[in-house]
Amino acid sequence: MRWLWVLMLLLPSLATAYEAQPLAANPQAEARLKALAVELRCLVCQNQTLADSNAPLAEDLRREVREMIAKDMSDKEIIDFLVTRYGDFVLYRPPWKLTTTLLWLGPFLLLGAGATGLVFALRRRQKKLTDVTLSEAEHGRVAKLLSEGVHRP
Amino acid sequence: MNRFLIPFGLFIVVVGFLAVGLTLNPRELPSPLVGKAAPEFSLPQLHDSGKVISSNELKGKVWLLNFWASWCGGCKDEHPVLIHLAQSGEVPIYGMDYKDQRSEALAWLKEWGNPYQIVAVDEPGRVGINYGVYGVPETYVIDKQGVIRYKQIGPLREDILEKKIMPLVRELQNQ
Repeated sequence: MRWLWVLMLLLPSLATAYEAQPLAANPQAEARLKALAVELRCLVCQNQTLADSNAPLAEDLRREVREMIAKDMSDKEIIDFLVTRYGDFVLYRPPWKLTTTLLWLGPFLLLGAGATGLVFALRRRQKKLTDVTLSEAEHGRVAKLLSEGVHRP
Repeated sequence: MNRFLIPFGLFIVVVGFLAVGLTLNPRELPSPLVGKAAPEFSLPQLHDSGKVISSNELKGKVWLLNFWASWCGGCKDEHPVLIHLAQSGEVPIYGMDYKDQRSEALAWLKEWGNPYQIVAVDEPGRVGINYGVYGVPETYVIDKQGVIRYKQIGPLREDILEKKIMPLVRELQNQ
């Protein structure tokens, strides 16, 4: 009976899980592909990088990049290859250009505008507080209220 | 009054931006290839795999290159437009069967009609990458010198054909 239990416990070891497909024979090339793929956009599912996407085009582009790595092309050459075909949009980090200035500076402009608005609002409030002057009679009433409390009718 | 006008003004500006943003199509990316030489290709033909179709043979005339596939839904939408254009005989259309299976592509053309002069087979999708294809159907207008003059992303429609593509084709043909 015991051997049956042992056999049953050993059974799962027969179920071999396959490792994810080795992306290339050369681990160095694979590391380069990974580093490049996170910088490149999948054009089909536009909010994913080439590394994340399973779209057929992304697979093809990874194959293309892998082949270029095998041909010993530099990162810049590989990125240029894709940009000449797909435009700057293929880059996950858009380059600094005249057309992308607003994209890069926009958040800082908004932050600046918000900070300026805040400073102005605070100053105005401060002015309002200091501008208030009390007459002699009002001072007397304040003192009276503080010492006696409010008498509600 | 002022207190409400400023947030309201900001609200209107934001709504304006969103309204414009909603009408833009994020799938339509400007192609950097327009105005550049069309990438060369030399591929087996769909109807006769022994024969080769090369982009060099097409120099000297204005032609359309249409990337399609039997698995592509948009291609079926635009198909009647292509058939209609082919019947008019105004401009030759060459097909590029993109990442497809030969038997299915042939069956598809048999069923829906063949508007193409010749169909090239780009099974691994390499020519597609050279042309910057990221979603079929895509159509390119290529001039007599072999320069890409226009790229249509997504299905062709009669109105696009009439307003943009055919005037351009006629102008290029007269050059």
